[in-house]
Amino acid sequence: MNDVLMQSVGILGGLGLLSSIFLFVISKAFYVYEDPKIALVEDILPTANCGGCGSPGCSAFAEKLVKTDDISDLFCPVGGNETMQEIAKLLGKEIKEKPPMLAVVRCQGYCDVRPHTTKYEGPISCAIESMIYSGETDCQYGCLGNGDCVDACLFDAIYMDETDIPVVISDKCTACNACVEACPRDIIELRPKNKKDLKIFVSCVNHDVAGAARKSCQNACIACGKCVEVCPKEAITITDNLAYIDPVYCTLCRKCVDVCPTNAIVETNFPVKKVKA
Amino acid sequence: MSPIRNIVSASPHIHSGQSTRKIMLDVIIALIPAFLVGLYVFGIGSLIVTATAILSCVLFEFLIQKFWMKEAGNVGDLSAVVTGILLAFNLPSNIPLWMIIIGSLVAIGVAKMSFGGIGFNIFNPALVARVFLLISFPVEMTSWPKPFENTWTYLDATTGATTLGIAKEASLMGQTLSEVSDMIQSSQDMLLGLTGGSIGEMSAIALLLGGIYLLYKKVITWHIPVSILLSMFVIGGIFWLTKQDMYLDPVTQLISGGAILGAFYMATDMTTSPMTPKGMLIFGVGIGLISIFIRLFGAYPEGVSFAILIMNAFVPLIDNYIKPRRFGTPIKFKIR
Amino acid sequence: MLQTFPLGGIHPPENKLTKDKPIEKMPIPKTVYVPVAQHIGIPSEIVVNKKDVVITGQLIAKASGKISAHIHSPVSGKVTKIDKIVDHSGYKQQCIVIKTDIKATEEAQINTDKLRTEIKLSPKEILERIHECGIVGLGGATFPSEVKLHVNADNPVDTLIVNGVECEPYLTADHALMLAKSKEILVGIQILIKALGVDNVIIGIENNKPNAIELFEKLTKNNDNIKVASLKVKYPQGGEKQLIKAVLNREVPKGGLPNQVGVVVHNVGTVFAIYEAVQYNKPLMERVVTLTGKNLINASNFWVKIGTPVKDLLEASGGIPEDTEKIINGGPMMGKALKNTDIPVIKGTSGILLMPDVESHRPEVQACIRCGGCVSVCPMGLEPYLLMSLIERSRIENAIDNDLMTCIECGSCSYICPAHRPLLDFIRFGKKLHNQNKAS
Repeated sequence: MNDVLMQSVGILGGLGLLSSIFLFVISKAFYVYEDPKIALVEDILPTANCGGCGSPGCSAFAEKLVKTDDISDLFCPVGGNETMQEIAKLLGKEIKEKPPMLAVVRCQGYCDVRPHTTKYEGPISCAIESMIYSGETDCQYGCLGNGDCVDACLFDAIYMDETDIPVVISDKCTACNACVEACPRDIIELRPKNKKDLKIFVSCVNHDVAGAARKSCQNACIACGKCVEVCPKEAITITDNLAYIDPVYCTLCRKCVDVCPTNAIVETNFPVKKVKA
Repeated sequence: MSPIRNIVSASPHIHSGQSTRKIMLDVIIALIPAFLVGLYVFGIGSLIVTATAILSCVLFEFLIQKFWMKEAGNVGDLSAVVTGILLAFNLPSNIPLWMIIIGSLVAIGVAKMSFGGIGFNIFNPALVARVFLLISFPVEMTSWPKPFENTWTYLDATTGATTLGIAKEASLMGQTLSEVSDMIQSSQDMLLGLTGGSIGEMSAIALLLGGIYLLYKKVITWHIPVSILLSMFVIGGIFWLTKQDMYLDPVTQLISGGAILGAFYMATDMTTSPMTPKGMLIFGVGIGLISIFIRLFGAYPEGVSFAILIMNAFVPLIDNYIKPRRFGTPIKFKIR
Repeated sequence: MLQTFPLGGIHPPENKLTKDKPIEKMPIPKTVYVPVAQHIGIPSEIVVNKKDVVITGQLIAKASGKISAHIHSPVSGKVTKIDKIVDHSGYKQQCIVIKTDIKATEEAQINTDKLRTEIKLSPKEILERIHECGIVGLGGATFPSEVKLHVNADNPVDTLIVNGVECEPYLTADHALMLAKSKEILVGIQILIKALGVDNVIIGIENNKPNAIELFEKLTKNNDNIKVASLKVKYPQGGEKQLIKAVLNREVPKGGLPNQVGVVVHNVGTVFAIYEAVQYNKPLMERVVTLTGKNLINASNFWVKIGTPVKDLLEASGGIPEDTEKIINGGPMMGKALKNTDIPVIKGTSGILLMPDVESHRPEVQACIRCGGCVSVCPMGLEPYLLMSLIERSRIENAIDNDLMTCIECGSCSYICPAHRPLLDFIRFGKKLHNQNKAS
């Protein structure tokens, strides 16, 4: 009986010893030096792994931050300026501050203004639908409503409203660019975010000429040029039948919103205007 | 604008009309002859066991999908019914009801739903349940009711051993087969299924009939059943030739136990078998070899279920390495 | 044993409703819409202006780049506008709208009824003529024909295969053309023989067209060079690679072209168009279109001018049936569903198929049960289930390793799948993503 006991203890103990020696040797032989700073930087980063910085994940970005000398081009949109400054302090490198951004959806093709003329059947994915044809409505630029942007968002900052147009929740949006890349129609754009979240933008991407655009969607930009005329800062340009408001020059005066005949220019979070009696 | 509300979708615009439900229905139809033989041989008990297994499998699938996975149920695809029938076919007709229910829970809950439901399970659910029951309740699972003596009795049926059990017993006891030959049934009885055993595995002819139906309906291909049976026959034959008095002859090997049930219905389960003909042959030969070795040298008299489960684990590996020959690449060896 | 290709393939219900119908003449449309992107390759460059008066056969858009084709005005009339309209691709494309002058169009018709057998042009001139007349592959792929006929010294061509397979269900345009214009097609083959310098020609016809097989066997009895191959009905036999395998047992190497195994394949429709172009200098302005559908009153084959809106075709054949929910440009396996009926017929339109509502819908998608059906029917030996799951997970590189790009998009996998999975949709998507990645 004792023999059996000793034998099994010996075998198991021996096995354990052998494997620990083996593991020790392996860990020494294949040791990879990693800069301890990388781990520190990674701790500062938000670890959302969203890919908004261009790197595949936060640890890859941390490595990049530590290894490159000039990090002024690198930016973590989720952490924003505070995070970047903290990293800059830790690494002793210069960063460039960036204004906070926010994703905006440039389409107002709700069901009542943009009639559906066909029905799509197939995988529920904007990317696949856009590959097959121009979508259920006659507008070949607007939102397809299958929610690729919602799937792409890691922060639950986008949801589809009841008419299948995505809505961005400003507080949650980190401007990581994931939805912009996911959208096959390039409807979503990153625009600067100010303190009160005031925005004015052309909520349309239709490049059709006026008649065709208006026929397919009542809220479409028809490139009439009224907004260009009224803009005091020359912030609005029309290219290829579509108006665009440059956020750099726009002073949020709201003149263009009033003149737009199709309500394609929208304002958000402004106080209600006093109606002149 | 045209007045018609067009549907736009990508090609192809037509479909063969084949569906999971139709495939499962074909399998059920194919299993009917074997069930009828079971009913004829084992009586009321087989009906009770089969009905319980089907009902509990369907119920568990429905409940798990509705309350646990919280998704639209697809009980309608009949896959749970097939699992239930196959589970019942692997049970003796006098097994207590609660064991069947436990078996169904293992089959549907553990082997199928925990992997994500139909199409995602790695192991054949009915076999997982069968092996689970066999290991948990070895006595109840191996006391087979005697044929024709229990038409109206269920739990208190008179029981006896199977051919494979007798042969295993003999080899473990050091006896030769000729010493126990009077206990072994004639191969004619075994072919027709008039022997003791699990409900559905006994009648080789009824099972083959269903198998041919499945082949005709193109639900299964010949690769898996033929490779299993052929490899069992060849290896069994080699051992039989070396020691005729110790091992059963290869024909008896094939028509006894779960060989045919396993080869035509369990191993060919689409989800747990390889995709390509080449892969199927490897899979089948593996099952044949493992089951014959368990039968001849293992502790259990029957090894087909273990063999199928073991090979199920290799299916992802087989599918990863055995690719179909791509068009326009050299032919290495041809199977078709 | 009939010849066919061995790997994969399916046999959908043939539904050749119009197989006994002769080719009818479609009335000249009041307005034609001629898109500039009618062929594979770079869209043509418009050379007319708004308000220009054009005559039948006048060049209105010229080929730009190597793989491109000229486009000619199918009618005489006036260019009313050059605008973007929705075409078969589902998107708005540049399109020349011509208001027809019906009288002038009728006068300008080129009568090609008389058979001209003598081939006067030299091989080089033949190629030039084919290019000038804007001939593209009329089987559906619309690859510029002239490009295919350039023989290069590295890959000598020894065989010409004429594709009269028409493996798509419903379509009978090629069949009707083969019956009506058999002699012209044979002259067209002689033209191609001269251009290519080959002495071996095989006409591949599936044996669901016994009268066409018989006719061509009779006509080629005294000609040792031209053989007729009667093929077993199997989809996608009309695919170039499958057809070459079926009639010659040669396999085009993975990712290769037919000329690597010494073969050039042309559709019968293309051969006829080449005949007309070479013998009569008639540009490609009209083609045979099968107008079909289970509930269509006058389903038949028509000579249709390129640019005729589908709507006009449907009117001429008794209107759209009430229950139509899907209109397809091409056959049911590879055709594209059209967004509306204003979309014009283009060079590649071999048929217009109307699907009744019950057949238009896609069944609900279920989980893959790993039945292996898609693997067994794939004519290219791919694993569609694997490709789909890889693409769903955005693992395009792995899908490429599994030969994603060799898919011919025949749709057999989606057709057979018992779980109704949109396999081909995802495979196409993966190919598109790969091309995008490559481009950027």
